[in-house]
Amino acid sequence: MIHFVLLISRQGKVRLTKWYSPYTQKERTKVIRELSGVILTRGPKLCNFVEWRGYKVVYKRYASLYFCMCIDEEDNALEVLEIIHHFVEILDRYFGSVCELDLIFNFHKAYYILDELLIAGELQESSKKTVARLISAQDSLVEAAKEQRSSISNIIAQATK
Amino acid sequence: MNPFSSGTRLRDMIRAIRACKTAAEERAVVRKECAAIRASINENDHDYRHRNLAKLMFIHMLGYPTHFGQMECLKLIASPEFPEKRIGYLGLMLLLDERQEVLMLVTNSLKQDLNHANQYIVGLALCALGNICSAEMARDLAPEVERLLQFRDPNTRKKAALCAIRIIKKVPDLAENFINPAAALLKEKHHGVLITAVQLCTDLCKVSAEALEYFRKKCTESLVKTLKDIVNSPYAPEYDIAGIADPFLHIRLLKFLRVLGKGDADASDLMNDILAQVATKTESNKNAGNAILYECVETIMSIEDNGGLRVLAINILGRFLSNRDNNIRYVALNMLMNAINVDAQAVQRHRATILECVKDSDASIRKRALELVYLLVNESNVKPLTKELIEYLEVSDQDFKGDLTAKICSIIAKFSPQKIWYIDQMLKVLSEAGNFVKDEVWHALIVVISNASDLHGYTVRALYRALQASTEQETLVRVAVWCIGEYGDMLVNNAGMLDIEDPITVTGSDAVDAIELAIKSQTSDLTTKAMSLIALLKLSSRFPSCSERIRDMIIQHKGSLVLESQQRSIEFNSIIEKHQNIRSALVERMPVLDEATFIGRRAGSTPATVSTSNGASLNLPNGVAKPPAAPLVDLLDLSSDDAPAPSSSGGDFLQDLLGVDLSPALQQSGTNQAPRTGTDVLLDLLSIETPPAQSSSSTPDILSASQVNKSPVSSLEGLSLSSSLSARATTPVGASPMMDLLDGFVPNSPIPENNGPVYPSVIGFESSSLRISFDFSKPPGNPQTTSIQATFTNLSPNVYTDFIFQAAVPKFLQLHLDPASSNTLPASGSGSITQNLRVTNSQHGKKSLVMRIRIAYKINNEDILEEGQINNFPGGL
Repeated sequence: MIHFVLLISRQGKVRLTKWYSPYTQKERTKVIRELSGVILTRGPKLCNFVEWRGYKVVYKRYASLYFCMCIDEEDNALEVLEIIHHFVEILDRYFGSVCELDLIFNFHKAYYILDELLIAGELQESSKKTVARLISAQDSLVEAAKEQRSSISNIIAQATK
Repeated sequence: MNPFSSGTRLRDMIRAIRACKTAAEERAVVRKECAAIRASINENDHDYRHRNLAKLMFIHMLGYPTHFGQMECLKLIASPEFPEKRIGYLGLMLLLDERQEVLMLVTNSLKQDLNHANQYIVGLALCALGNICSAEMARDLAPEVERLLQFRDPNTRKKAALCAIRIIKKVPDLAENFINPAAALLKEKHHGVLITAVQLCTDLCKVSAEALEYFRKKCTESLVKTLKDIVNSPYAPEYDIAGIADPFLHIRLLKFLRVLGKGDADASDLMNDILAQVATKTESNKNAGNAILYECVETIMSIEDNGGLRVLAINILGRFLSNRDNNIRYVALNMLMNAINVDAQAVQRHRATILECVKDSDASIRKRALELVYLLVNESNVKPLTKELIEYLEVSDQDFKGDLTAKICSIIAKFSPQKIWYIDQMLKVLSEAGNFVKDEVWHALIVVISNASDLHGYTVRALYRALQASTEQETLVRVAVWCIGEYGDMLVNNAGMLDIEDPITVTGSDAVDAIELAIKSQTSDLTTKAMSLIALLKLSSRFPSCSERIRDMIIQHKGSLVLESQQRSIEFNSIIEKHQNIRSALVERMPVLDEATFIGRRAGSTPATVSTSNGASLNLPNGVAKPPAAPLVDLLDLSSDDAPAPSSSGGDFLQDLLGVDLSPALQQSGTNQAPRTGTDVLLDLLSIETPPAQSSSSTPDILSASQVNKSPVSSLEGLSLSSSLSARATTPVGASPMMDLLDGFVPNSPIPENNGPVYPSVIGFESSSLRISFDFSKPPGNPQTTSIQATFTNLSPNVYTDFIFQAAVPKFLQLHLDPASSNTLPASGSGSITQNLRVTNSQHGKKSLVMRIRIAYKINNEDILEEGQINNFPGGL
């Protein structure tokens, strides 16, 4: 099971956190600080796994971002690397060659995508296409609601002129 | 008006925050935004709620508190529109966790949304439930989730399946409700549903034996077929990764088969073919393929034995281990740990490669490899493996040395074929990385040395050589100092020479030189210095010609700031100077320490030992933290036992060790002769005639007698050579038995002025975090005045800083406070602060003392205040 997902920039800034096991706010801050200390300092040729507090943290760097997932000791770490890559590819497809700025200004979108990929710390969908389809369907629902609302407010505005 | 385009937009806020050059600027921007959001929340502004929450989430990610936005999530979730719900649920998952009470309020909304007509809203609710539901919510909403497992839309079914995993983890009792619907999902073709269903079934098997039995009987065959289909499926672009169709599904199926096949020969039989196919056909040049191979090997190793498959699996591991990719090597080491239980022989074949991994530049790999090597060691290979590891110890990273040293020591202790080998290897470790060796390890070494009587000479010479080479490693110095003190004569006269040794010429003065080096070294700590002092005393008897020089060295510590060393130095000086006749008896070689008892004691009573050292250090009046006191007592002292554990076994051991019968002492200790009884024991021990009426200066002290009565062992501790003599400050007579004893032989020696009445010390104040004890004395000739020494002990694991003690007394008393010994109080009783108070009682004899106290200190810069009143002062002060 994946206990949490972290996206940390090379400067140690948090770009996304998702907790599937209960951690208090205090613990979360501590975990992030500890792990970014360990992971950001590791050299480029070393393996992508860090043993930490009886768990394994699998991380992979894409450009300036480190994608980290914490799993149980006996879980398949190689598979988690694939899951991370899977996530990155979906983000890439959604944003069109994703960069850190996309994830900063559209952080909520990144969360929506992650929610279509993982629930309860387990993988939900192995098809990138399906995830993309579900996300765009929900995005268009939001757009439709926006349009409807602006048209209503236009009508109200005109009526009260 | 468009509610999505006025005010500061989310984008603008993010820009403003990113534009901040300093942390202070960022804080200011965030504070401003938070204030605006709060105001908007208070106005119950519906239009901006959506955007406010998005902003709060961003602020939350930066690490600022956002609890005030929690209720906004609930309001958004309760709104009928999809966009509001979407961000509301996101906020719920981000800002809250399952332990917050607020979460209970959302149960109703969740229930409605789980029954919503819009499948995307159902999806949002399932996602939130799966990520943060608590046990109560799981119980409340399980029926909804169970129903949704059969929902028409596959994307909802897969979400429900994962949600069910969370539910059965929170409430395992609910598992049986999910068995049938989960089994039905296994027949689906949709990959998402299949992946989640297999995962759900795997987790059901973990919490319910009934589920395991059911799936094993009904589903094994069809799962094998599903796996076969997916392995043999043609190219499918939607699921393809590195030429493999859906490796995620592969892996989950293999994992589930492992659960089903474990401990069941029939089920294992069914899956043999497909496992063989996966193991041989999967491409291993990409990570995805290796991930599948990893899972496959794990499954082969776990299910019921099939020789052929195991060979296949071990071969895959061998290939992994020689892979150049660090990730693959890491997982190979991991898997070999499991494989060792199955086929140790096969793993042993890779020993050389694994040993190379211990020396890898990657810390994760090194750690794994070291664990594995540790498991690989047995009687037949311990020698070459230890040799390799010790050689590597010389060149390894500083931060890896701790782990490595601990493991090597443990291997040496566990598998050593002969004592000489054990001693040799330990000396190598001590010389290489002595600073990383734990106390109990070098204590054990000393026990072993003392038991190997034929190796005493050999060991002391080897240690002497090692000490000549370097004195950087503290523990090496300690062991060497101890051995030179004990066996110094063998060092000089080359007694017990072994064939393998080079002859060495050492004079008595060389041996003293070695100790001098240790005692004068800048790096030596208190324990080493104390051990050196004792060694010097012993050498003064072994080499009488060096006696004068040793005395000069000992004298130098007369002014030591550490009371322990100071007192010892004065005592030893007096032994050398005045008591030649008893010296050789006093410093005889230590009796052999019983290995079995030592090990048993270490295993059984570690906590007791810890409290010993605490107890001992508490009583050091000058407040010097001195945790190493206990090991010192252990090693150097006859009564090397855990003194404060008043268990009968401790007492027995002590009796055994000393060969002294304590029972007469016990019988007498109820009387006022208690202090002297103790002395008798020591005198018995030293076989010295005791002068009958020796320095009995104080009035009978019932209280101290009863104290002795309570723990007979502690009276001995008080008498022992190295335990802090001042520890018995409560009983002036017993306070320095050694001095009494020695001074007893000098007819005219002055007796310490302890003529006044004696008051028992009291614990004036005790809370969970702090204890204050008071010791009393009266200056002679002034009955109104009492000197009180307050000792503060920290009972918590945190250091107290800025420690201030204040006291107030009623008008008939006058109080004078001296400055405290320190304002920092070390954690966990590992030190104390003392402060002297002088109280003058104008109504002496009529009223007794009372005091109000206030203690202020800081933990991690947080102010703490404790107050109390002390009414339990002894009468007559």
